[in-house]
Formats: sequence, C-alpha cells, structure tokens
Amino acid sequence: MTSKKAVVFGYGNPSRGDDGIGPELMRRAESLAAEVPALAGIELIQDFQLQIEHAMDLVDVPLALFVDASVSAAAPYTFTRLVSSQDPSYTTHELSPASVLHVYGQMKVGEAPPSYLLSVRADLFDLGADIAPPAQANLEAAWALMEKLFARPEAEAWNAFLT
Amino acid sequence: MSNFLETAARPETLKRVVIEPVTRVEGHGKVTLLLDQDNHVKQVRLHIVEFRGFEKFIQGRPYWEIPIMVQRLCGICPVSHHLAAAKAVDMLVGARQLTPTADKLRRMLHLGQTLQSHALHFFHLSSPDLLFGFDSPVAQRNIVGVIAAHPDLAVMGVKLRKFGQEVIRMLSGKRVHGTLGIPGGVNKALSAEDRETMLQGIDQMIEWSKAAVDLSKKVFFSNEEFHQHFGFFKSNFLSLGAANGAMDLYDGGLRAKDENGKLIFDNVDYFHYDRFIHEGVKNWSYMKFPFIIGKGQEEGWYRVGPLARVNNADSIPTPLAEIERKDFMAAGGGGLMHATLAYHWARMIEMLHAAEGIKELLLDPEIMGNDLVTRGEKALEGVGLVEAPRGTLFHHYKINENDQIVKANLIVSTTNNNEAMNQAVRQVAARYLDGKVLTEGLLNHIEVAIRAYDPCLSCATHALGKMPMEVELLDADGALVDRMIKNADGRIA
Repeated sequence: MTSKKAVVFGYGNPSRGDDGIGPELMRRAESLAAEVPALAGIELIQDFQLQIEHAMDLVDVPLALFVDASVSAAAPYTFTRLVSSQDPSYTTHELSPASVLHVYGQMKVGEAPPSYLLSVRADLFDLGADIAPPAQANLEAAWALMEKLFARPEAEAWNAFLT
Repeated sequence: MSNFLETAARPETLKRVVIEPVTRVEGHGKVTLLLDQDNHVKQVRLHIVEFRGFEKFIQGRPYWEIPIMVQRLCGICPVSHHLAAAKAVDMLVGARQLTPTADKLRRMLHLGQTLQSHALHFFHLSSPDLLFGFDSPVAQRNIVGVIAAHPDLAVMGVKLRKFGQEVIRMLSGKRVHGTLGIPGGVNKALSAEDRETMLQGIDQMIEWSKAAVDLSKKVFFSNEEFHQHFGFFKSNFLSLGAANGAMDLYDGGLRAKDENGKLIFDNVDYFHYDRFIHEGVKNWSYMKFPFIIGKGQEEGWYRVGPLARVNNADSIPTPLAEIERKDFMAAGGGGLMHATLAYHWARMIEMLHAAEGIKELLLDPEIMGNDLVTRGEKALEGVGLVEAPRGTLFHHYKINENDQIVKANLIVSTTNNNEAMNQAVRQVAARYLDGKVLTEGLLNHIEVAIRAYDPCLSCATHALGKMPMEVELLDADGALVDRMIKNADGRIA
C-alpha cells in the first residue's frame, strides 16, 4: 500500500513572466514541506511542461493536483475536477492534464486517481520578465487555496473548494 | 531544388487560405495558400515566427551562466541547448578536448535526450498521424492494420521516454533544470548505484527500440509508394559526423552531401561554420533560410535531423543500428533516401543507436572516472554544435575581457529545416489540395508533412497541430469568404 497522500505537478517556464506561477507555487510548497512533517506524503513535481512520462507519476497515488498559469481562467483562479480526455494536445510536445490522465488510462495500470486542476489567471509571458502584479495577486490567492488543500489531502475535502 | 510554388505570378488575383495555430506563449507557424478561382494551388508558404529574443536576453551575462540559462530556451530539448552551449563555453576556456570521463558523461546525457525525444515523437506525436492523419482509404487501412497489431505501443512509448528522462536526471542531478556541463567538463561523476540502475533497464530499452524500428519499417512498406512520394523532394543534407564518416550525434566535423550523395564538404571544423553556412532571408518570412554558401541560396538549402544524419553516415557505430541503417539505405535504391515520411524510420534507427550507445558507455570503465574538468588558454569566441534530436544545433558566443557575452547567434534545428518544410508543404499542397475543395482532412496532410520534421515548438515556433487552429478563406479583395476553426477540444466550428 502506498504511503503517498498526493502528487502535485507545478509547471511552466520561470523565465517567461506569468508562466512562472506554477514553479513559484511549487517553490513555496517545497519550503512549506520542509517545515511541516505532515506534508511528507505529498510528492511535489516541477517541470517546464507536462508530457507522457508524467502519467507514471500517477501510479499508486490516491490524489493528484495540477497547477498551471492560464490565460483563459477567471481571476484569480479556477479549481476544477479533471476528466481523462485525449484532447488535441496529444499531437504536440506539451500535454494537457486531461491528456496525461488519458495516457495513464492507456497504460492499463488501474484507475486514475481523483485529479484536480488549479488554473491561475495569467496574462504576460515576456522572456526574462517577472510575474506581473495582477498575476502575483492571483498567485497569492492560489497559494492560500493550496495551503487549505495541503491541510487535508482528500478528494472529499478538495471537492468543497471547486469553483 | 527549385522555388516551385514559392511565389505566384499575380497573387492579387488569387484566393488566400491561412492555416494558423494560435498559441499561448511563443511564436507560431502559419501556412498560407493562394488558390485561383478553380482552387488550383498557385502559391504556398510556411511562415514560422522565429523566437530570437534569447540572443538579446543573454547579452551582458557572464559566459559561465550560459549552459544553465539556455535550458530555459526550450522545454523540449533543454539538454541539447545545454550541451551546445557547454561546448561553446569549452572553447572560451580553452578546453575543447575534455577528459575521457567528461566527454563520455556528456555523450551519455545527449543519448538520453535523443532516446526520450525520439520515443515521444514516434509513439505519441507521429503514430496518431499514421493512424488518423491520412484520409486516403488505402493508406489508412494498411497502416492501421500494422499498428493495431501493437496494442502496447503507448506503454512502450511512455517507458522509453521515462528511461531517457531518468538517464538525464541521474547525470544532471535533477529532473528539470539540472546541470552536467560546466566550462571545460562536467560537475559530477556517475555513481555506481545510478550506473547499476541504468544497466538493469537498458536491455529492455534496446529491445523496445529494435521493435520500434521494425514497426516503423513495416508502416513504411505497408504502402511504400505512398510513403516514398508523400511530400517527396530532393535536397542536400547537413550533419555532424565522425572523422571516419560514422554517425556522431555529439561531436565531429560538419559534413554535407548533395542530392545525389556526393560530398559537398566533410570534416569541417564547426568553429568555422560561418565560412560554409549562411543564414539567408526572404522578404515574406521573419525566419531565416540557412544555405551552403558554395551552392548559393537557390540550390544550397539543406535538410537536417534523422533523415540527414542516416543519409550522411557511412556507418553507425553500434551493431543493431548499423544493420538497420543498411536496410534503410537499401530502400533508397542505391542513392539517398529523400522521402519526407522516411524521417520516422530514420528517427527510430537513431533511437536504437541511442539505447545501444548508452549501454556501451555504461560498460566503459572510463565512465566511472573522477577526472572531470580541464582548462586551457582562454578565448573570446566559442562555437558549440550538437546533433539535437531535430537536427544540427549551433550556438555561437563572443565575450569581452570582462567575461560578459557581447554577441550570441543560435541556429536551431527547425531553422535549418525551414526551406525543407516549405518544400514539403508545397509538394503536399500540389498533390493533395490542387483543384479540390478544402477540407480539414486535406489541410491535415500539410500538418503531417511538417510534423515529420518534428519542428521544435519552443525555440523556433510552437507546435503545428496545437489547437485551436483557424483557417480563413479570403477572396482576391481580402474579404472573408469562409472560415473554419478547430477548437481546443478538437471540435470543428
């Protein structure tokens, strides 16, 4: 039986302005995990983008959270339950979280864990830029939510925060 | 080797079709087709909005930061940029010849990158094209039959990719943003534990890679006429190569062959690449068009990547891949292979070579050495080349006496293939779209041709095929006649 409570994927390019929201939230999560022993069962994975190999990180995990910047999410963030889907991202170098779940299904290693997407509103992606003030405010709101999610890493508890 | 369909005689009289993927962050690719009143194709151009900002971004930075910083150029091949930059920086510190251990560790890192990148492309990017991408009933029926016999494809692809990523993680220390290359060498030795872990998995990777070669070959021959002629054109080929003519993905000299297989140049020291390669411009594109200076822009453009490397190599220095290279070249009838879709087959031969190469390095006692760094006489200019998964990657830096970057020039693989992708698109448009009513399936043929080159989405363009895609049909006055949008969820509106 796994001892993991959840896996969290935070992704984006920290050198591209608001795209650094995911990596910054993961940096905060890592700092928090270093201080709070109860978070030891939450695996934190940071990357540029999602790809097929991330499906393997879902094996034997009871709960999953994907954290990303989004130009289409309502501010400050949306928090939604993910459904497996082979959307058109499967033909690109960057998979959507729903497509990662689809790849997991293709691997036939069991039922995918309940999975959630935290999309933080972002607008500016200039090379070398910092996270812009509006996105920074969205990031703070998203971090407040993540702290609540980490406090009780269970699907039933997370469902209460769906937007 | 012509400008066939590049420029129409009277473009103002023609209808214009635009295939434009809308992207979130980076530049993007766009195909424009000019059709006459009877839907005959008169002009085809692939516009790629090249991402050049990085060369400005790094100016003023100290040179030793560059191998780390360039990894943020691209989420797809950060290792390739890391190694090309590290090689350029080696020249800056006068350490072009590394210690045997450092050279082998870097080579293994590079092969891990090649393995994971090629696995992703074949199993998850191109296999959907091969399954669904063609609306030709005969071609589709045969290919589906071949692939349907391999229900475990997806799992093999994921595990091959994962293994390559693990090689990168073990050598560079981290899953993302790790480093191995430093000026004049590498920053850590390989641990016995990591070596053993990789050895335990590598034989399975070789077996799966061999199976992938077999599958790509079967797909090719399931309808050979179609695969030989889809997007067919002849070209020159450019790659790095070992002094003895063998394939070398990490180092060597520049080698170019013409369309008949005759050497244009060979064993060229890549420090002098700009004496042989020039980046041409065209007034309709922001992206440059590199060409071989000796042949001129009109005749001197070339292809890079797996097809170029296998065509250019006299041999592949691992046994199973060498057998497959001979089979591949035999399909060319004694000459070079020019088929666009042969890129897929060549890519799998390279994946097999990468897996075999990793095993050979793991079994090499020098890989466990601790002599990791060397230095020499400092220089103010450095050039680094590697054969990235998509093709030859150039990094060129100049520094001042304060060790700051004052000039940078990067020629990424996708730029090297710019004219070739335009040629492929023109051939496909002329053969499959000419005189017909445009449909999503027909337009998809264009994307399939581009995707065979595996264009990199982060440092040259974003992915063709990334949705939503918008297609507009304009009349001669520029008025919108029709519009088709493929939404992010794949629905056509």
